[in-house]
Amino acid sequence: MSTPTIDEHSSALDEAEQGTSHLITVTLRIRRFNPEVAAEADWVDYQLPIDPKERVLDALHKVKWEIDGTLTFRRSCAHGVCGSDAMRINGKNRLACKTLIKDINPEKPITVEPIKGLTVLKDLVVDMEPFFQAYRDVMPFLITKGNEPTRERLQSAADRERFDDTTKCILCAACTSSCPVFWNDGQYFGPAAIVNAHRFIFDSRDEGGEQRLEILNDKDGVWRCRTTFNCTDACPRGIEVTKAIQEVKRALITRRF
Amino acid sequence: MATEVTPVDEVELTGSSVTYSPENPAPVIEPPRARTKRTPRSTRTNFELYGWLFMRLSGVVLVVLVIGHLLIQLVLDGGVTKVGFAFVAGRWASPFWQGWDLVMLWLAMLHGGNGLRTVINDYAEQANTRFWLKTLLFAAVAFTIVLGSLVIFTFDPNIR
Repeated sequence: MSTPTIDEHSSALDEAEQGTSHLITVTLRIRRFNPEVAAEADWVDYQLPIDPKERVLDALHKVKWEIDGTLTFRRSCAHGVCGSDAMRINGKNRLACKTLIKDINPEKPITVEPIKGLTVLKDLVVDMEPFFQAYRDVMPFLITKGNEPTRERLQSAADRERFDDTTKCILCAACTSSCPVFWNDGQYFGPAAIVNAHRFIFDSRDEGGEQRLEILNDKDGVWRCRTTFNCTDACPRGIEVTKAIQEVKRALITRRF
Repeated sequence: MATEVTPVDEVELTGSSVTYSPENPAPVIEPPRARTKRTPRSTRTNFELYGWLFMRLSGVVLVVLVIGHLLIQLVLDGGVTKVGFAFVAGRWASPFWQGWDLVMLWLAMLHGGNGLRTVINDYAEQANTRFWLKTLLFAAVAFTIVLGSLVIFTFDPNIR
Protein backbone atom coordinates (compact mmCIF):
# COMPACT_ATOMS: atom_id res chain seq x y z
CA MET A 1 0.00 0.00 0.00
CA SER A 2 1.65 3.10 -1.16
CA THR A 3 0.28 6.59 -1.26
CA PRO A 4 2.07 8.91 -3.68
CA THR A 5 4.12 11.43 -1.82
CA ILE A 6 6.14 14.47 -2.78
CA ASP A 7 9.33 12.40 -2.80
CA GLU A 8 8.01 10.04 -5.45
CA HIS A 9 7.37 12.73 -8.08
CA SER A 10 8.79 11.88 -11.46
CA SER A 11 10.78 14.48 -13.29
CA ALA A 12 8.05 14.82 -15.92
CA LEU A 13 5.49 15.57 -13.24
CA ASP A 14 7.86 18.10 -11.74
CA GLU A 15 8.14 19.86 -15.05
CA ALA A 16 4.39 19.88 -15.52
CA GLU A 17 3.94 21.38 -12.07
CA GLN A 18 6.44 24.07 -12.86
CA GLY A 19 4.22 24.75 -15.86
CA THR A 20 6.90 25.94 -18.25
CA SER A 21 7.32 23.09 -20.74
CA HIS A 22 4.51 24.22 -23.01
CA LEU A 23 5.64 27.83 -23.13
CA ILE A 24 7.37 29.25 -26.17
CA THR A 25 9.31 32.47 -26.51
CA VAL A 26 7.74 34.99 -28.84
CA THR A 27 8.86 38.43 -29.89
CA LEU A 28 6.20 41.12 -29.92
CA ARG A 29 7.19 44.02 -32.16
CA ILE A 30 4.95 46.89 -31.11
CA ARG A 31 4.60 50.22 -32.88
CA ARG A 32 4.92 52.65 -30.00
CA PHE A 33 4.21 56.35 -29.99
CA ASN A 34 4.32 58.68 -27.02
CA PRO A 35 3.96 62.36 -27.91
CA GLU A 36 5.26 63.28 -24.47
CA VAL A 37 8.61 61.68 -25.27
CA ALA A 38 9.18 61.81 -29.02
CA ALA A 39 7.47 63.13 -32.13
CA GLU A 40 7.89 59.90 -34.08
CA ALA A 41 6.56 56.41 -33.56
CA ASP A 42 9.04 53.53 -33.51
CA TRP A 43 9.12 49.77 -33.21
CA VAL A 44 9.93 48.26 -29.81
CA ASP A 45 10.61 44.53 -29.36
CA TYR A 46 9.46 42.59 -26.30
CA GLN A 47 10.43 38.96 -25.74
CA LEU A 48 8.24 36.91 -23.48
CA PRO A 49 7.47 33.27 -22.74
CA ILE A 50 3.86 32.45 -23.52
CA ASP A 51 1.55 29.51 -24.17
CA PRO A 52 0.96 29.41 -27.95
CA LYS A 53 -2.72 28.76 -27.26
CA GLU A 54 -2.99 32.16 -25.59
CA ARG A 55 -4.16 35.22 -27.50
CA VAL A 56 -2.24 38.29 -28.66
CA LEU A 57 -4.20 40.24 -26.04
CA ASP A 58 -2.73 38.02 -23.31
CA ALA A 59 0.74 38.77 -24.65
CA LEU A 60 -0.03 42.51 -24.57
CA HIS A 61 -1.29 42.13 -21.00
CA LYS A 62 1.91 40.33 -20.06
CA VAL A 63 3.96 43.17 -21.52
CA LYS A 64 1.91 45.83 -19.76
CA TRP A 65 1.65 44.05 -16.41
CA GLU A 66 5.11 42.49 -16.15
CA ILE A 67 7.54 44.22 -18.51
CA ASP A 68 6.56 47.78 -19.40
CA GLY A 69 3.61 49.46 -17.74
CA THR A 70 3.71 52.42 -20.12
CA LEU A 71 2.31 50.37 -23.02
CA THR A 72 -1.14 51.76 -23.87
CA PHE A 73 -3.95 49.93 -25.65
CA ARG A 74 -7.73 49.61 -25.46
CA ARG A 75 -9.63 46.54 -24.40
CA SER A 76 -12.82 46.07 -22.47
CA CYS A 77 -14.55 42.70 -22.57
CA ALA A 78 -11.53 40.81 -23.96
CA HIS A 79 -13.84 38.24 -25.57
CA GLY A 80 -14.53 39.60 -29.05
CA VAL A 81 -17.80 41.38 -28.30
CA CYS A 82 -17.04 44.99 -27.34
CA GLY A 83 -14.81 45.77 -30.33
CA SER A 84 -12.26 47.83 -28.38
CA ASP A 85 -9.06 46.04 -29.28
CA ALA A 86 -8.97 46.11 -33.06
CA MET A 87 -5.34 46.47 -34.14
CA ARG A 88 -3.08 45.67 -37.05
CA ILE A 89 -1.41 42.36 -36.20
CA ASN A 90 1.17 41.10 -38.71
CA GLY A 91 -0.18 43.61 -41.19
CA LYS A 92 -3.83 42.53 -40.94
CA ASN A 93 -6.60 44.14 -38.95
CA ARG A 94 -7.82 41.79 -36.23
CA LEU A 95 -9.14 41.77 -32.69
CA ALA A 96 -6.24 41.03 -30.34
CA CYS A 97 -8.66 39.06 -28.15
CA LYS A 98 -9.65 36.70 -30.97
CA THR A 99 -6.20 36.05 -32.42
CA LEU A 100 -4.29 33.06 -31.04
CA ILE A 101 -0.50 33.23 -30.93
CA LYS A 102 -0.19 29.83 -32.64
CA ASP A 103 -2.26 31.02 -35.61
CA ILE A 104 0.05 33.88 -36.62
CA ASN A 105 3.45 32.18 -36.88
CA PRO A 106 5.14 32.78 -33.48
CA GLU A 107 8.55 31.86 -35.01
CA LYS A 108 8.88 35.36 -36.41
CA PRO A 109 8.36 38.62 -34.50
CA ILE A 110 4.65 39.44 -34.25
CA THR A 111 4.08 43.03 -35.34
CA VAL A 112 1.35 44.98 -33.56
CA GLU A 113 0.35 48.43 -34.83
CA PRO A 114 -2.56 50.80 -34.28
CA ILE A 115 -5.28 50.62 -36.96
CA LYS A 116 -4.55 52.87 -39.93
CA GLY A 117 -6.32 56.00 -41.15
CA LEU A 118 -7.18 57.40 -37.70
CA THR A 119 -5.18 59.80 -35.55
CA VAL A 120 -2.77 57.95 -33.27
CA LEU A 121 -2.99 59.36 -29.74
CA LYS A 122 -0.61 57.01 -27.93
CA ASP A 123 0.82 53.58 -28.75
CA LEU A 124 -2.13 51.50 -29.99
CA VAL A 125 -4.83 54.01 -29.05
CA VAL A 126 -6.37 55.96 -31.93
CA ASP A 127 -8.97 58.73 -32.02
CA MET A 128 -12.17 56.91 -33.00
CA GLU A 129 -14.24 60.09 -33.23
CA PRO A 130 -14.16 60.47 -37.07
CA PHE A 131 -15.21 56.82 -37.31
CA PHE A 132 -18.19 57.31 -34.99
CA GLN A 133 -19.05 60.59 -36.74
CA ALA A 134 -19.43 58.70 -40.04
CA TYR A 135 -21.56 56.15 -38.16
CA ARG A 136 -23.83 58.88 -36.77
CA ASP A 137 -24.07 60.51 -40.21
CA VAL A 138 -25.96 57.53 -41.67
CA MET A 139 -28.63 57.77 -38.94
CA PRO A 140 -28.26 54.31 -37.39
CA PHE A 141 -31.63 54.25 -35.63
CA LEU A 142 -35.21 53.28 -36.46
CA ILE A 143 -37.07 55.98 -38.40
CA THR A 144 -40.85 55.62 -38.77
CA LYS A 145 -43.83 57.72 -39.73
CA GLY A 146 -47.29 57.92 -38.20
CA ASN A 147 -48.46 56.84 -34.78
CA GLU A 148 -46.60 54.40 -32.63
CA PRO A 149 -48.24 50.96 -32.69
CA THR A 150 -49.80 49.79 -29.41
CA ARG A 151 -47.98 46.46 -29.69
CA GLU A 152 -44.52 45.62 -31.01
CA ARG A 153 -43.63 46.15 -34.67
CA LEU A 154 -44.02 42.72 -36.22
CA GLN A 155 -41.61 41.32 -38.80
CA SER A 156 -41.53 38.00 -40.62
CA ALA A 157 -38.54 35.69 -40.25
CA ALA A 158 -37.73 36.19 -43.93
CA ASP A 159 -37.74 39.99 -43.55
CA ARG A 160 -35.46 39.69 -40.53
CA GLU A 161 -33.12 37.41 -42.47
CA ARG A 162 -32.69 40.07 -45.17
CA PHE A 163 -30.38 42.22 -43.00
CA ASP A 164 -29.26 39.62 -40.47
CA ASP A 165 -25.61 39.71 -41.54
CA THR A 166 -25.18 43.43 -40.92
CA THR A 167 -26.72 43.31 -37.42
CA LYS A 168 -23.55 41.55 -36.22
CA CYS A 169 -21.37 44.67 -36.40
CA ILE A 170 -19.56 45.56 -33.16
CA LEU A 171 -18.11 48.88 -34.42
CA CYS A 172 -14.51 47.82 -33.88
CA ALA A 173 -13.37 49.79 -36.98
CA ALA A 174 -11.32 46.86 -38.31
CA CYS A 175 -13.07 47.14 -41.69
CA THR A 176 -13.01 50.91 -42.09
CA SER A 177 -9.35 51.14 -41.08
CA SER A 178 -8.42 48.37 -43.55
CA CYS A 179 -9.92 50.28 -46.47
CA PRO A 180 -7.28 51.89 -48.75
CA VAL A 181 -9.75 54.60 -49.79
CA PHE A 182 -10.32 55.50 -46.13
CA TRP A 183 -6.54 55.59 -45.48
CA ASN A 184 -6.19 58.37 -48.05
CA ASP A 185 -9.47 60.15 -47.53
CA GLY A 186 -11.22 60.10 -44.17
CA GLN A 187 -14.18 61.89 -45.75
CA TYR A 188 -15.31 58.55 -47.18
CA PHE A 189 -18.04 57.06 -44.96
CA GLY A 190 -16.15 53.78 -44.79
CA PRO A 191 -17.41 50.18 -44.68
CA ALA A 192 -18.66 50.22 -41.07
CA ALA A 193 -20.99 53.18 -41.59
CA ILE A 194 -22.36 51.63 -44.79
CA VAL A 195 -22.89 48.28 -43.03
CA ASN A 196 -24.90 50.02 -40.31
CA ALA A 197 -26.90 51.96 -42.90
CA HIS A 198 -27.56 48.64 -44.68
CA ARG A 199 -28.92 47.23 -41.43
CA PHE A 200 -31.74 49.82 -41.47
CA ILE A 201 -32.17 50.33 -45.24
CA PHE A 202 -33.19 46.68 -45.61
CA ASP A 203 -35.25 46.53 -42.41
CA SER A 204 -38.94 46.19 -43.34
CA ARG A 205 -39.99 48.15 -40.23
CA ASP A 206 -37.86 51.16 -41.05
CA GLU A 207 -39.08 54.05 -43.23
CA GLY A 208 -35.93 56.18 -43.42
CA GLY A 209 -34.23 54.09 -46.12
CA GLU A 210 -34.75 56.79 -48.71
CA GLN A 211 -32.87 59.39 -46.59
CA ARG A 212 -29.99 57.01 -45.90
CA LEU A 213 -29.70 56.04 -49.57
CA GLU A 214 -29.58 59.74 -50.44
CA ILE A 215 -26.71 60.24 -47.97
CA LEU A 216 -24.76 57.27 -49.34
CA ASN A 217 -25.41 58.37 -52.95
CA ASP A 218 -23.21 61.40 -52.38
CA LYS A 219 -19.62 61.77 -53.52
CA ASP A 220 -18.14 60.29 -50.34
CA GLY A 221 -20.70 57.48 -50.18
CA VAL A 222 -20.82 53.98 -51.63
CA TRP A 223 -19.52 55.01 -55.07
CA ARG A 224 -16.03 55.46 -53.61
CA CYS A 225 -15.88 51.74 -52.81
CA ARG A 226 -13.29 50.01 -55.03
CA THR A 227 -14.34 46.48 -54.00
CA THR A 228 -10.89 45.48 -52.75
CA PHE A 229 -12.52 43.14 -50.18
CA ASN A 230 -10.09 44.28 -47.44
CA CYS A 231 -13.11 44.99 -45.22
CA THR A 232 -14.60 41.52 -45.66
CA ASP A 233 -11.21 39.97 -44.84
CA ALA A 234 -10.76 42.17 -41.78
CA CYS A 235 -14.20 41.75 -40.17
CA PRO A 236 -13.80 39.72 -36.95
CA ARG A 237 -17.53 38.92 -37.02
CA GLY A 238 -17.39 37.47 -40.52
CA ILE A 239 -19.79 40.02 -41.97
CA GLU A 240 -19.71 40.06 -45.77
CA VAL A 241 -19.00 43.78 -45.78
CA THR A 242 -18.25 44.25 -49.48
CA LYS A 243 -21.45 42.36 -50.34
CA ALA A 244 -23.45 44.72 -48.11
CA ILE A 245 -21.89 47.73 -49.85
CA GLN A 246 -22.73 46.23 -53.24
CA GLU A 247 -26.33 45.69 -52.12
CA VAL A 248 -26.60 49.36 -51.22
CA LYS A 249 -25.20 50.26 -54.68
CA ARG A 250 -27.75 47.97 -56.30
CA ALA A 251 -30.58 49.53 -54.27
CA LEU A 252 -29.45 52.98 -55.43
CA ILE A 253 -29.43 51.90 -59.08
CA THR A 254 -32.77 50.06 -58.99
CA ARG A 255 -34.29 53.06 -57.20
CA ARG A 256 -33.21 55.31 -60.08
CA PHE A 257 -34.05 53.07 -63.04
CA MET B 1 13.77 42.44 -23.37
CA ALA B 2 12.09 45.76 -23.63
CA THR B 3 13.99 48.68 -24.93
CA GLU B 4 14.10 51.14 -22.10
CA VAL B 5 12.25 54.35 -22.70
CA THR B 6 14.81 56.99 -21.89
CA PRO B 7 13.55 59.60 -19.48
CA VAL B 8 13.26 62.93 -21.18
CA ASP B 9 15.85 64.71 -19.05
CA GLU B 10 18.48 62.18 -20.06
CA VAL B 11 18.01 62.69 -23.79
CA GLU B 12 21.00 64.43 -25.26
CA LEU B 13 19.86 67.39 -27.28
CA THR B 14 21.60 67.49 -30.61
CA GLY B 15 21.05 70.23 -33.14
CA SER B 16 17.38 70.73 -33.93
CA SER B 17 15.92 68.00 -31.69
CA VAL B 18 13.19 69.18 -29.33
CA THR B 19 12.37 67.97 -25.85
CA TYR B 20 8.83 66.76 -25.41
CA SER B 21 7.16 66.51 -22.04
CA PRO B 22 3.64 66.12 -20.63
CA GLU B 23 3.41 69.93 -20.71
CA ASN B 24 4.85 70.13 -24.19
CA PRO B 25 3.71 67.01 -26.11
CA ALA B 26 4.54 66.40 -29.75
CA PRO B 27 1.73 66.73 -32.31
CA VAL B 28 -0.25 63.51 -32.68
CA ILE B 29 0.08 61.50 -35.90
CA GLU B 30 -2.88 62.54 -38.03
CA PRO B 31 -4.17 60.89 -41.20
CA PRO B 32 -4.82 63.00 -44.30
CA ARG B 33 -8.29 64.54 -44.74
CA ALA B 34 -9.88 63.43 -41.47
CA ARG B 35 -13.65 63.57 -41.12
CA THR B 36 -14.86 66.60 -39.20
CA LYS B 37 -17.66 66.91 -36.66
CA ARG B 38 -19.82 68.62 -39.26
CA THR B 39 -21.92 66.26 -41.35
CA PRO B 40 -21.07 66.87 -45.00
CA ARG B 41 -23.88 68.67 -46.80
CA SER B 42 -25.73 66.46 -49.23
CA THR B 43 -25.32 67.64 -52.81
CA ARG B 44 -28.41 65.67 -53.91
CA THR B 45 -26.99 64.88 -57.33
CA ASN B 46 -26.63 61.54 -59.05
CA PHE B 47 -23.31 62.40 -60.68
CA GLU B 48 -21.31 59.68 -58.90
CA LEU B 49 -24.05 57.12 -59.60
CA TYR B 50 -24.05 57.89 -63.33
CA GLY B 51 -20.24 57.99 -63.33
CA TRP B 52 -20.12 54.53 -61.77
CA LEU B 53 -22.70 53.10 -64.20
CA PHE B 54 -20.96 54.73 -67.17
CA MET B 55 -17.67 53.04 -66.24
CA ARG B 56 -19.34 49.59 -66.32
CA LEU B 57 -21.35 50.11 -69.51
CA SER B 58 -18.60 51.90 -71.49
CA GLY B 59 -16.15 49.22 -70.33
CA VAL B 60 -18.26 46.47 -71.88
CA VAL B 61 -18.62 48.37 -75.17
CA LEU B 62 -14.91 49.26 -75.23
CA VAL B 63 -13.88 45.62 -74.92
CA VAL B 64 -15.56 44.95 -78.29
CA LEU B 65 -14.45 48.22 -79.92
CA VAL B 66 -10.82 48.14 -78.82
CA ILE B 67 -10.21 44.44 -79.49
CA GLY B 68 -11.84 44.84 -82.92
CA HIS B 69 -9.69 47.90 -83.59
CA LEU B 70 -6.49 46.13 -82.54
CA LEU B 71 -7.31 43.09 -84.67
CA ILE B 72 -7.95 45.19 -87.77
CA GLN B 73 -4.93 47.45 -87.28
CA LEU B 74 -2.30 45.01 -86.06
CA VAL B 75 -3.25 41.39 -86.78
CA LEU B 76 -5.53 40.78 -89.74
CA ASP B 77 -4.53 41.22 -93.39
CA GLY B 78 -0.77 41.72 -93.17
CA GLY B 79 -0.55 43.24 -89.72
CA VAL B 80 0.83 46.64 -88.86
CA THR B 81 2.85 46.99 -92.10
CA LYS B 82 -0.29 47.69 -94.13
CA VAL B 83 -1.27 50.73 -92.05
CA GLY B 84 -0.62 53.92 -93.97
CA PHE B 85 -2.38 57.02 -95.19
CA ALA B 86 -4.17 55.07 -97.94
CA PHE B 87 -5.35 52.43 -95.47
CA VAL B 88 -6.84 55.01 -93.10
CA ALA B 89 -8.37 56.96 -95.97
CA GLY B 90 -9.92 53.75 -97.28
CA ARG B 91 -11.51 52.90 -93.94
CA TRP B 92 -12.78 56.38 -93.23
CA ALA B 93 -14.52 56.44 -96.61
CA SER B 94 -17.16 54.28 -94.90
CA PRO B 95 -19.48 55.97 -92.36
CA PHE B 96 -19.47 52.70 -90.38
CA TRP B 97 -15.76 52.92 -89.56
CA GLN B 98 -16.03 56.65 -88.98
CA GLY B 99 -18.75 55.94 -86.45
CA TRP B 100 -16.72 53.10 -84.88
CA ASP B 101 -13.68 55.31 -84.39
CA LEU B 102 -15.74 58.24 -83.15
CA VAL B 103 -17.57 56.14 -80.54
CA MET B 104 -14.30 54.50 -79.50
CA LEU B 105 -12.59 57.88 -79.13
CA TRP B 106 -15.36 59.38 -76.97
CA LEU B 107 -15.88 56.32 -74.80
CA ALA B 108 -12.17 55.68 -74.28
CA MET B 109 -11.42 59.29 -73.37
CA LEU B 110 -14.40 59.65 -71.01
CA HIS B 111 -13.82 56.20 -69.46
CA GLY B 112 -10.11 56.85 -68.93
CA GLY B 113 -10.73 60.42 -67.82
CA ASN B 114 -13.32 59.38 -65.24
CA GLY B 115 -11.00 56.61 -64.01
CA LEU B 116 -8.16 59.08 -63.56
CA ARG B 117 -10.55 61.49 -61.83
CA THR B 118 -11.32 58.86 -59.18
CA VAL B 119 -7.61 58.08 -58.82
CA ILE B 120 -6.89 61.78 -58.23
CA ASN B 121 -9.76 62.01 -55.73
CA ASP B 122 -8.43 58.98 -53.88
CA TYR B 123 -4.75 59.85 -53.76
CA ALA B 124 -4.21 63.63 -53.98
CA GLU B 125 -4.33 64.82 -50.39
CA GLN B 126 -4.27 68.61 -50.80
CA ALA B 127 -7.42 70.31 -52.11
CA ASN B 128 -5.21 72.48 -54.31
CA THR B 129 -3.35 69.51 -55.81
CA ARG B 130 -6.66 67.82 -56.54
CA PHE B 131 -8.04 70.91 -58.23
CA TRP B 132 -5.05 71.47 -60.51
CA LEU B 133 -4.58 67.82 -61.43
CA LYS B 134 -8.27 67.58 -62.35
CA THR B 135 -8.11 70.83 -64.34
CA LEU B 136 -5.16 69.44 -66.27
CA LEU B 137 -6.98 66.15 -66.80
CA PHE B 138 -10.20 67.76 -68.06
CA ALA B 139 -8.24 70.03 -70.40
CA ALA B 140 -6.35 67.05 -71.84
CA VAL B 141 -9.55 64.99 -72.27
CA ALA B 142 -11.43 67.87 -73.90
CA PHE B 143 -8.52 68.69 -76.23
CA THR B 144 -8.12 65.07 -77.39
CA ILE B 145 -11.85 64.58 -77.93
CA VAL B 146 -12.23 67.83 -79.89
CA LEU B 147 -9.13 67.25 -82.02
CA GLY B 148 -10.04 63.60 -82.71
CA SER B 149 -13.64 64.39 -83.64
CA LEU B 150 -12.49 67.23 -85.86
CA VAL B 151 -10.11 64.93 -87.75
CA ILE B 152 -12.73 62.20 -88.21
CA PHE B 153 -15.34 64.65 -89.54
CA THR B 154 -13.11 66.86 -91.67
CA PHE B 155 -10.76 64.20 -93.00
CA ASP B 156 -9.87 64.89 -96.62
CA PRO B 157 -8.36 61.92 -98.52
CA ASN B 158 -7.10 64.25 -101.26
CA ILE B 159 -5.13 66.46 -98.89
CA ARG B 160 -1.82 66.00 -100.70
